[in-house]
Amino acid sequence: MSAREEVLARLRAARDVGGSTVPDVPRDYHRTGVHAPGSAAAVERLTETLTDYRATVHRVGDLDGVPAAIAAVLAGSSSVVAPPGLPGEWLGEVTATVRRDDPPLSVADLDRLDAVVTGAAVAIADTGTFVLDALAPDQGRRAISLVPDHHVCVIRAADVVSSVPEALARLAPDGPLTFVSGPSATSDIELDRVEGVHGPRRLDVVLIVPPRA
Amino acid sequence: MRIALVATCLGDAMFPQAPRATVLLLERLGHEVVFPADQTCCGQMHVNTGYLDLALPLVRHHVDVFSGAADVVVAPSGSCVGCVRHQHAMVARRGGDEKLAQAAEDLAGRTYELSELLVDVLGVTDVGAYYPHRVTYHPTCHSLRMLRVGDKPLRLLREVRGLTLTELPDAEVCCGFGGTFAVKNAETSTAMLADKMANVLSTHAEVCTAGDTSCLMHIGGGLSRLRSGVRTVHLAEILASTTEGAPA
Amino acid sequence: MTTDLGMPTVASDPHGHLRGTEPFPVAAHRALADTQLRQNLGHATRTIRAKRAAVVGEVDDWEELRRAGECVKADVMARLPELLEQLEASVTARGGVVHWARDAEEANRIVVGLVRETGSDEVVKVKSMATQETGLNEALGAAGIAALETDLAELIVQLSDDKPSHFLVPAIHRNRSEIRDIFLREMPDVDPDLTDEPRRLAMAARAHLRRKFLSARVGISGVNFAVADTGTISVVESEGNGRMCLTLPDTLITVMGVEKVVPTWSDLEVFLQLLPRSSTGERMNPYTSSWSGVTPGDGPQTFHLVLLDNGRSNVLASPDGRQALHCIRCSACLNVCPVYERTGGHAYGSIYPGPIGAVLSPQLTGIDGPDDVNASLPYASSLCGACFDACPVRIDIPHLLVQQRAAAVEAHGRPTAQDLAMRAAAAAMASPGRFSLTERVVKLGRLLSRSGRIRSVPGPGAAAWFGARDMPEPPAETFREWWGRRERS
Ligand code: SF4
Repeated sequence: MSAREEVLARLRAARDVGGSTVPDVPRDYHRTGVHAPGSAAAVERLTETLTDYRATVHRVGDLDGVPAAIAAVLAGSSSVVAPPGLPGEWLGEVTATVRRDDPPLSVADLDRLDAVVTGAAVAIADTGTFVLDALAPDQGRRAISLVPDHHVCVIRAADVVSSVPEALARLAPDGPLTFVSGPSATSDIELDRVEGVHGPRRLDVVLIVPPRA
Repeated sequence: MRIALVATCLGDAMFPQAPRATVLLLERLGHEVVFPADQTCCGQMHVNTGYLDLALPLVRHHVDVFSGAADVVVAPSGSCVGCVRHQHAMVARRGGDEKLAQAAEDLAGRTYELSELLVDVLGVTDVGAYYPHRVTYHPTCHSLRMLRVGDKPLRLLREVRGLTLTELPDAEVCCGFGGTFAVKNAETSTAMLADKMANVLSTHAEVCTAGDTSCLMHIGGGLSRLRSGVRTVHLAEILASTTEGAPA
Repeated sequence: MTTDLGMPTVASDPHGHLRGTEPFPVAAHRALADTQLRQNLGHATRTIRAKRAAVVGEVDDWEELRRAGECVKADVMARLPELLEQLEASVTARGGVVHWARDAEEANRIVVGLVRETGSDEVVKVKSMATQETGLNEALGAAGIAALETDLAELIVQLSDDKPSHFLVPAIHRNRSEIRDIFLREMPDVDPDLTDEPRRLAMAARAHLRRKFLSARVGISGVNFAVADTGTISVVESEGNGRMCLTLPDTLITVMGVEKVVPTWSDLEVFLQLLPRSSTGERMNPYTSSWSGVTPGDGPQTFHLVLLDNGRSNVLASPDGRQALHCIRCSACLNVCPVYERTGGHAYGSIYPGPIGAVLSPQLTGIDGPDDVNASLPYASSLCGACFDACPVRIDIPHLLVQQRAAAVEAHGRPTAQDLAMRAAAAAMASPGRFSLTERVVKLGRLLSRSGRIRSVPGPGAAAWFGARDMPEPPAETFREWWGRRERS
């Protein structure tokens, strides 16, 4: 018997002995969050939770404010990578050399770049998280937001939800997804959180919040 | 109300002051207490050491003795009530005796730990007690997490005249007793006990109280070895004390 | 445990590292004597308990989430074979290759073969309990393949040729200055002025591993959740070493215990709330990666998923015991356990320590007679119940401990001294007449008393009690005697 057949046979037998009654899963936890998606309160909470985990938040009032905000946070960088679909005008004011990941850059190339700018698929206010969808053109493949030491992420208020369930409902799990909550950190020394290990050590979030969002 | 008393084997043989105080307290509150003389032990030690087969006759005996005894059953012990409520039916079912399991469930539904009986069933928190001492309360694990008695014992203690209640640091951490654990893993048990005693001593209480004689035996045994002078006294004894003194 | 630094020691048990070499009380004795260890553990567990309590307190539907988590896992157990077949089909459809392993040895053989096929003699690993369980590093080492642990705590353990002692923080038993000393001793190019400031230590790890990540060709990972209907695998981590291992190599080999499957993507909405708050005490861990099979142009272009049984089917056969397979390895039960806090993880022998380890390890291996060291694990608890309250998926660990004690008793064969004592006690308590007789014997204890207390009693069990505790003198009158006297008067 192959290992597959044997393991499955054992599991079937064991399952039948131990019980095969499928329970109803109670879904009475909150599936919608306390704040409406895109609401001022959701954005406010996101700002708090991001900041709490040492991301720096920069607010702009509309898309026109994005280029200056990005240029400001990249002031000290000499090179930056952008995914193929990131709006070109967002990088219009940066002084750093901009490399598009198109064709894809090698890991060695990425390692020489100072920063990366991406969009995000959704952000979760309760937890201070944003999610990168590798299949989205403005977010790009996973390596580009991993190797450079400084990540600048642009998030629209409309993409801010309150809770984890609302975020998952907006995501398709087919392509690679990366949930990011703050710069890389570790709790491995005496179980206290210390920022800055292998992932980007600096995280800036540019939040586009139209007045009366 | 007619209330049947589970004296508990440890209470009967080693710490009779706790069941005695329970009787005197309930009688003072105007209730009738009966003591079914055939009672022995709820079987907790056997269950918790893994001897479920040996526990089965003890469970059967307990259910036989108490099922017809009264509408309500009380034990001055969180862990014995925990065993009755959460383990008796399991032991019966494992032994293939569904009838016994159902009788055990019925009895469990009418069996209360002392603070539960007072607060939930009899609806009193001020039992008219007087106890002029500085007291700290250890919420035993089974009262806290098996029975979820919550702050009921504290509500009772706060109404006791003359009593100064001091808060026990890390109160909810186990004292390290755990029945046969205290013997089978004696060193780990005593390490836990040492921390519990340090916390008790830090309160400068004269008396450490709890709702379970077994934990009090453990904590008291340690405090006695240290010759600390701090006494362990069951909650029932404090509640039974009046201006006329402690119960006989 | 290490392969690339010391002599490879291959686990001889086909189950891998699920059994230690000495019973719990013996191992605990050593741990209790180590005051540094107790300080480190006390400090770390106190820190994490406070953090967990704070972030769990923020969630007003925590109990509803726990119940949902419990039921999703119970559903998984009821449909485990079918869900695994579904997972296999979804992963395969997305370009992954699925392998099945009956036990640890087979899983290791599969992984070693897959690494050999790539021609690489080095792999980067992100912490995984499954590969610790199988002893994969030793197996790779024996095959001439160096396995580099990249999780900070795992790296500390590997560099110091130590054993992991916690799910989440395998080096929880080390404090910052011990970690600095290990780094200074074992990292070739480390800054000699390294201090014990946690941030500096984290940076040293970054520098040490950076080049390895960028050049690695094979990555090895475990799994937190595998979604049956989409083939999505999810790995929860903090440092970014996981992202490195999952993204940069050409080949990714992922090993998972079969119980890690969940039915649908939306089930993660429950676990991604329960897990981070319970484990690191964060609202969300810094990084969670998920992927499905192979994505052209992004990440590893070869993906293998190894499904491991290794005793799990034994556990599944127990209607209650299978709850132990619900574990999401958050380690909250370890952090609240007063026994774990004092003995640390090594005392449990198995790589699964703490309350959950005490009920999982003996079920995975089975209990092989009275001398099996795993038979001592279910007794390594005072049954205080703190583990149940902390468990995000409501595993009734106290009940499982009792159940495994029963299993240990059943495995006795010939009666032990404890069996005889328990039988005698049961006999004494089974009838009211014998019980009163016993009480009269107890009363003889008054003869041993000096000024109201007993300081010792002859007999083997007694020494364990009287080592640190007195007993009061038995009362002159038992309760039933008092009651009888009162009735008569
Ligand atoms: S048993 Fe529960 S608390 Fe313990 S590690 Fe597993 S999931 Fe966490």
